[in-house]
Amino acid sequence: MADVTHGTLEPLSAGGIDDVELYHPKSWITKYVFSQDAKVIAIQYSMVALAIGLVALVLSWLMRMQLAFPGLLSFIDADHYYQLITMHGMIMVIYLLTALFLGGFGNYLIPLMLGARDMVFPYVNMLSFWIYFLAVLVLVGGFFVPGGPTGAGWTLYPPQAILANTPGQQWGIIVLLVSLMLFIIGFTMGGLNYVVTVLQGRCRGMTLMRMPLTIWGIFTATIMALLAFPALFVGAVMMLLDRLIGTSFFMPAIAAMGEQLPYKGGSPILFQHLFWFFGHPEVYIVALPAFGIVSDLISTHARKNIFGYRMMVWALVAIGALSFVVWAHHMYVSGMHPSFGFFFATTTLIIAIPTAIKVYNWVLTLWRGDIHFTPPMLFALGFIVTFVNGGLTGLFLGNVVVDVPLSDTMFVVAHFHMVMGVAPILVVFGAIYHWYPKVTGRMLDDALAKLHFSVTFLGAYLIFFPMHYIGLMGVPRRYHEMGEMAFVPPSTATLNAFITIVALIVGAAQLVFLFNLVWSVRHGRPAGGNPWRATTLEWQTPQTPPAHGNWGQTLPVVYRWAYDYSVPGAAQDFLPQNQPPDPRTA
Amino acid sequence: MIVIVIFMVIMAALAGWWLSGQGLATKPWLVVGVIGDSGSARSSPRRIAKVGLGAFLVVAGSLFSLLVSAYAMRMGMPDWGSLPMPTVLWFSTGLLLLSSIVLHTTVIAARRDELDAVRSGLLATVATSLAFLACQVLAWRELAASGYFSAANPASAFFYLVTALHGLHMLGGLVVLNRTAVTAFALAGTSPPQALARLRLSVELCTSYWHFLLLVWLVLFSLLMRWTDDLIEICRGLLS
Repeated sequence: MADVTHGTLEPLSAGGIDDVELYHPKSWITKYVFSQDAKVIAIQYSMVALAIGLVALVLSWLMRMQLAFPGLLSFIDADHYYQLITMHGMIMVIYLLTALFLGGFGNYLIPLMLGARDMVFPYVNMLSFWIYFLAVLVLVGGFFVPGGPTGAGWTLYPPQAILANTPGQQWGIIVLLVSLMLFIIGFTMGGLNYVVTVLQGRCRGMTLMRMPLTIWGIFTATIMALLAFPALFVGAVMMLLDRLIGTSFFMPAIAAMGEQLPYKGGSPILFQHLFWFFGHPEVYIVALPAFGIVSDLISTHARKNIFGYRMMVWALVAIGALSFVVWAHHMYVSGMHPSFGFFFATTTLIIAIPTAIKVYNWVLTLWRGDIHFTPPMLFALGFIVTFVNGGLTGLFLGNVVVDVPLSDTMFVVAHFHMVMGVAPILVVFGAIYHWYPKVTGRMLDDALAKLHFSVTFLGAYLIFFPMHYIGLMGVPRRYHEMGEMAFVPPSTATLNAFITIVALIVGAAQLVFLFNLVWSVRHGRPAGGNPWRATTLEWQTPQTPPAHGNWGQTLPVVYRWAYDYSVPGAAQDFLPQNQPPDPRTA
Repeated sequence: MIVIVIFMVIMAALAGWWLSGQGLATKPWLVVGVIGDSGSARSSPRRIAKVGLGAFLVVAGSLFSLLVSAYAMRMGMPDWGSLPMPTVLWFSTGLLLLSSIVLHTTVIAARRDELDAVRSGLLATVATSLAFLACQVLAWRELAASGYFSAANPASAFFYLVTALHGLHMLGGLVVLNRTAVTAFALAGTSPPQALARLRLSVELCTSYWHFLLLVWLVLFSLLMRWTDDLIEICRGLLS
């Protein structure tokens, strides 16, 4: 402790701002439905995202049934299969993960972790949720329009996305594009809130470098999303015009069904550029909050300060910046100039450096830590290995020469499910197990949690590990039925059946989780204010669950960083961020 | 995509410059106690509003940069036929410039609490902005009349898209500007100072917004008038 320096120590007045600006709900409707309280909005966001995520889970079951037992479910024809693929991907990436990490965890944690009473623009925050909700309703509406939802694949590549014979060409594509535009508008409203709250809403003493890494992750990801989503917006507007009034932004001169269509001169590649300018940062929009949350989970449950905090912050910012100059690695097979491929392969591999720094730092945080195998910790550990696995196959796919033969095979499907499907969702689970006691005041059941973890983690590996091999065999993705192919040995069919059975079991295991969520609201063990003995501010609120305004009469004042665990000489093995320094050692 | 990459580089440079002042190299684990006046609990609503608007304009800037990127990329293709630009666009440019200047003088008046000048300034801005939108519609009609309202012509499709999005952006601003004008007329010199301060803030925010509108329009205008062709050609040369 000798080299610890102390800042000003004069007694502080009630740290902060008056209550005048805080919004006060007056009725049940404004308190729980059209609420402007970030905590309520967070729960609304999370519940809608989880609900629509369940729909996407069922869609994946149907797809797996078709791949393993073609023809068994007779209603799945090729068209339906494409619709399942499209909606599964779109929902999981955007409507579940993005909304849950930023809208759910962002809304709940930013004000609480930063010692603020609420977001800076609560009204806009409320609008953000309701527009998101509308976007989800419109998306679901796609299932009920004539022709069903679009089957263009989640990348929506033109020209096929709007050509006749693509399922959902009539209404589905329009509905999806409108839903995406709504989502982006809603997200932008929320995103401005998150960014400005981090910039302007922190309590006294909370410097940027004292923020928990969760906040750093959400903050960086939000900035990226604000800059990247406009690309999808522009692409969606232009494609909508192509579809509705027959402009040729993306549609080249093309003949369909033996007839020359009126389109001419559009560029499908232009759409790919716009889509992936959004699409690649999107991977990190999902990953960075996960990185941040996992850092906090590991530090708390290993009772050890995070290793290399500064390095972790720098790596987050570096990944965020780099992720904007790698987008074309999704387009190696689009016929691009080879020197472009070289450039984008280089930037792609450079991202591995800050990412590897983060992985090393997590592992070094665990090293000689007092590891508690609580459910959040289990999921955090699961995340690290899964992310490393997915990241390593990313190194393969990032290289042009390796990517070209593997492109459009199940190898790619296995890769991205590992790295941005399973890995972030493990963090989502870990985070829910970690913060549920703060949200409800009760613990989730430990035994059920461990059952849920075991089945989900092992199952995910049983699903996606073999899938790499299927891909290496050359089995293409997006085929609803393989039929007889000389290069595909019959054993892949057996493997596919195995994967499907495991997928059904893993899906069913999520019911355990849902049951746990619902049951524990009333019957869980009371948690107390700080069950994990954590340092960050959200655990130091006067009430649990935190009351409206979060902090009672006075805002907290922050005296130290977020990772004072097992400090030598301290009475407890953690020092909350708002605990003043001991005057004797000052 | 070079335009959006340049935009992103500028944003990254700004972010880097800002971050460099945030003590990213400090060792937070060594310092205990309240560091200076750190944190931002003292942040005034005024500052929050300004940062909020700034963040929104960055998002809008990203949107327009992407449009320009797409436009520049499409221009490079062999079948691109350029449009005859309606002369009325010069008038609209002048009008937007005028509204931006008027709003700038209005903000100076607002800082001096000259309520009359603020009122007339806001009215003049609303008028010139509406005139700008009218000119844009005239330009649309002129192009349509000469047979360029054709979905199959990418140049005209881009023209309509770009001007429509810019117009929508302005309409959004006009809603706020109108509300500000209504407030300005409702207030009197004897109103409480907080109300006057709020009005001043609104005028300041509108001014930033209008300057941004002007900047975006000047970029779009020079692109539509094909003054930037050489520049785009150079950028394209950089990439290939």
